[in-house]
Amino acid sequence: MAEAAIRNAPDSVPVLELRGVTRVLPGPVPVTLVRDINLKIPRATFAAITGPSGSGKSSLLYLLSLLDRPTSGEVLLEGRAIDGLSDAARAGIRLKKLGFVFQFHFLLPEFTALDNVMLPMRKARLLEPRAMRARALDLLHQLDLDDSAHKLPGQLSGGQRQRVAIARALANDPHVIFADEPTGNLDTKNGRIVFDIFERLVDVEGRSVVTVTHDPDLAARAEMRIHIVDGRIV
Amino acid sequence: MRLLLDIALGHLRNRKRQTVVSLLGVGLGVGFFIAIAAMMQGFQNYFIDKIIDVSPHIEMKDEYRNPPLQPVERLYAGGAVGLTGVKPKDEPRGIKQGRAKVAELELLPGVKASGYLSGEIILRYGAKDVSGTVVGIEPERERQVSKLENDLIAGALDNLYTTANGLLVGEGVAHKLGARMGDTITALTAAGVILKMKIVGIFNTGIVELDNFRVYTLLKKAQVLQDRPNVVNRIRLRLDDVNQAEALARRIEQRYGYRSESWQEANQNVLGIFVIQNGIMYSTTGAILVVAAFGIFNIISTVVLEKTRDIAILKSLGFTSGDVELIFVAEGLLVGVAGALLGWVLGYGMTEALGTIDLKTEGFIRAEGFILHYSPWHYIISALMAIGAATFAAYLPARKAARVYPVDIIRSAA
Repeated sequence: MAEAAIRNAPDSVPVLELRGVTRVLPGPVPVTLVRDINLKIPRATFAAITGPSGSGKSSLLYLLSLLDRPTSGEVLLEGRAIDGLSDAARAGIRLKKLGFVFQFHFLLPEFTALDNVMLPMRKARLLEPRAMRARALDLLHQLDLDDSAHKLPGQLSGGQRQRVAIARALANDPHVIFADEPTGNLDTKNGRIVFDIFERLVDVEGRSVVTVTHDPDLAARAEMRIHIVDGRIV
Repeated sequence: MRLLLDIALGHLRNRKRQTVVSLLGVGLGVGFFIAIAAMMQGFQNYFIDKIIDVSPHIEMKDEYRNPPLQPVERLYAGGAVGLTGVKPKDEPRGIKQGRAKVAELELLPGVKASGYLSGEIILRYGAKDVSGTVVGIEPERERQVSKLENDLIAGALDNLYTTANGLLVGEGVAHKLGARMGDTITALTAAGVILKMKIVGIFNTGIVELDNFRVYTLLKKAQVLQDRPNVVNRIRLRLDDVNQAEALARRIEQRYGYRSESWQEANQNVLGIFVIQNGIMYSTTGAILVVAAFGIFNIISTVVLEKTRDIAILKSLGFTSGDVELIFVAEGLLVGVAGALLGWVLGYGMTEALGTIDLKTEGFIRAEGFILHYSPWHYIISALMAIGAATFAAYLPARKAARVYPVDIIRSAA
């Protein structure tokens, strides 16, 4: 049903839009992370945020993904302003519409791969428990993780863990997937696999992917490149 | 919610040793509470039952609570009037028209009354002198007012009628005298009367003070011994409902003016000790639980610190601060509930073990072994205290966990 919603959304409305967004880290010496960013990400787009270390790539991703709030400016998700929403409401949007993949896989070590993938589904409770399990197994299958379903994260390789994390990000059929240096801890081969998956999510399933990366080869595969230097798009 | 509970359980399973130690802490607190409470409540109930059985529910004495007001004090009540050097009136002692009052009191529903004469006595047997209190009773009335007959270990109440100068003595009195059933002893009183009396019964009430100092004889005989014919100086009442004693005592005192004490008032000192005892019990077991709570606070704080990344990931996945808080509160709750259940088992075991200890006590009362009282309330109260303490101990670190800002954690991890 969410996939239908993605398809039905009018083309003209970007999935994500930033209007004059600035984020300042308060403190004795305030640090400006990003400054006056204006950005539109159309739907079904593979976008890569690049830039040198400390340029504000990740900060921009956190603002886009509702993890952080801008100091000034506006963030719109599918045309809707979301800065005024409560933390709980934003958490609800993250749960049902957005997916996350981080550089460090961040799987819960006490849960098996399958349970980790089911975590967001169980939280969202959109499906019956049996349907959740079936969907999680299907996601793991799509990511070639059939044998790993019942293993704990500690028993998996780095590449496998990252794919489990991607499966978890897809659990609730999100519109946008955010990835923060998803290949940072992977070798070239596994990094390429991750990007292959991202491309498929965009091209076949019509989702949007926004990833931060400092690997120019991988960034070259994205349709939209956002280059950041000193908190500004250049 | 199941999911939050699963995550909480996962955390606890990861820290098995600390969890087990905290569980034991809570369990021991609950267990000790149950065992101590069973012991104390058992003792207290036994004692109160004994008092209610053995002593009068209300006793009216031939004395006044306060000295009578002088006319000038009555006239200027509350004024700055003082009167010194007033000599008390030389009144004849005893309750005026005692028999009529007994008859009047018996008209109250659920009340049995009996008049007594009580006084000091010295018993002499061979070279031994034992002082005590002699109480004159009428056996046929006594049966209705007290359980004395049940406490007799030798002789019978009616022996007082059949034997001239018969005497019922407490077991302790007989022991101190070295006299036995059927022995003739000499009784002396302050009135100068000396009588040869025969021991026709020995009683054991279980209350040391009575067994060691009390003797009974016929009311008529007591009046002879005290040289106070036809006088009673005590009226004792037995009520069907012992809880009415205090209120009724106040009414009786208001009506007749004589000091009337309910069993609660007469045993105030001991009942007061019970309150202190209970206070000690609650604070001791409370202290154990506080220590256990610190243990819980400790593991959950550690888990929160160790799991900040997990908390950040849960939050980024769409768990709210409330969900995160619940996870860690649930951990405390789980330890509390499991600890309480463990404590129930420990407590039950300990009370059972206490029950087997063979011990003779002689204090306020004489008893063999611990008198134990099993009450579901002990189990409920202790579990509530434990779960409350554990949950509160978890709440503080849980709030800290809820405040974790995911961006801070993810940024520093990257």
